[in-house]
Amino acid sequence: MSDREVKNLEEMFDAKIARDEKIEPKDWMPEKYRQTHIRQMSQHAHSEIVGMLPEGNWISRAPSLKRKVALLAKIQDEAGHGLYLYSATETLGISREELYEQLHSGKAKYSSIFNYPTLTWADMGAIGWLVDGAAIINQVPLCSTSFGPYARAMVRVCKEESFHQRQGFQIIMTLAEGSQEQKEMAQDALNRWWWPSLMMLGPLDAESIHTEQSMKWKLKRKSNDDLRQQFIDQTVPQAEMIGLTIPDPDLKWNEEKQSYDFGEMNWDEFWQVVKGHGPCNKERISARVNAWENGKWVRDAAMAYAEKQENKVVKQAI
Amino acid sequence: MKNWPLWEVFIRSKNGLEHRHCGSLHASDATMALENARDVYTRRMEGVSIWVVPSTEITASNPDDNAEFFEPASDKIYRHPTFYELPDELKHM
Repeated sequence: MSDREVKNLEEMFDAKIARDEKIEPKDWMPEKYRQTHIRQMSQHAHSEIVGMLPEGNWISRAPSLKRKVALLAKIQDEAGHGLYLYSATETLGISREELYEQLHSGKAKYSSIFNYPTLTWADMGAIGWLVDGAAIINQVPLCSTSFGPYARAMVRVCKEESFHQRQGFQIIMTLAEGSQEQKEMAQDALNRWWWPSLMMLGPLDAESIHTEQSMKWKLKRKSNDDLRQQFIDQTVPQAEMIGLTIPDPDLKWNEEKQSYDFGEMNWDEFWQVVKGHGPCNKERISARVNAWENGKWVRDAAMAYAEKQENKVVKQAI
Repeated sequence: MKNWPLWEVFIRSKNGLEHRHCGSLHASDATMALENARDVYTRRMEGVSIWVVPSTEITASNPDDNAEFFEPASDKIYRHPTFYELPDELKHM
């Protein structure tokens, strides 16, 4: 194809997205669109899968059977979300094995918030309330993104995500209404998860390299700063309602802009964690690698069994 | 050893409705594909029936050929009821 033909195709492609038409896997797309989607969608899938680990830590120590079944169901949803997203990513021509390989080798990223440890039961509340809360804000606009399989997967994810946030808030609320010790536990969890949750919504707009192109492709519909402001404005009253304090001395209602002003985030820490130096980066990846490698004999055995069954059928047919 | 093949999953959400494609998954055989589809796509009673089909068994039309491929239908407006102009007196037709 000549450069001119490619340019022509690209113009038609951009116009299609501008008209709110969806792009489906077998449609022509610019190579950069394909690569950007593989990167973002797989990163999203990896985040769901790695995101199971911090919570898995508390399944066996949940304080009641009710909490335990809810936590199990939530984690099972995350496995499901990972699978919806992996299969949507595979429609772009990359195999599941390649995707896992990128995660295991560190080539692909996942949300850095999952590199923080879950020290107390209150962290299960804070994760549902804050981390899933921030994720919902990030994900709702993606339900109308331009790539069809991603948009459809996100519709399913968003439908299921609201239970996650509600069960988390209820955990935190119950602790906040409990004994002095429980209340302190809830406050401690908020203190540790607040800033990482804010930074989870991505770098400042001024420093975000992908925003402009992603806006055009509807991979992003609001900027990181707007999403962050929305998250803060919605979460602060929730904390007040249950008598917890947001750990930000600069947090103040701004009457004029009808939203909160807030303090500076520690981006050095953020980038350290992204680069692999967070408290649990190594532990998370090694858990994934071990699961994959130690599960190999099971995958092989299942495949051997399937082939044996198939041969039997063929033999009978002869 | 071979990797688990890919299966396309179709779900009927309730009787009276058609099966609808909802995604794909990997499984070693059809039985496992059905069970995985149940766990991945119907955790909240979203279905009463599931079909799984090996992805390699699907033959798809090529969107690059859409113009020619769907051309036969594009100039046959007489296949639509609105093509036929009838008097207003004729109420229900």
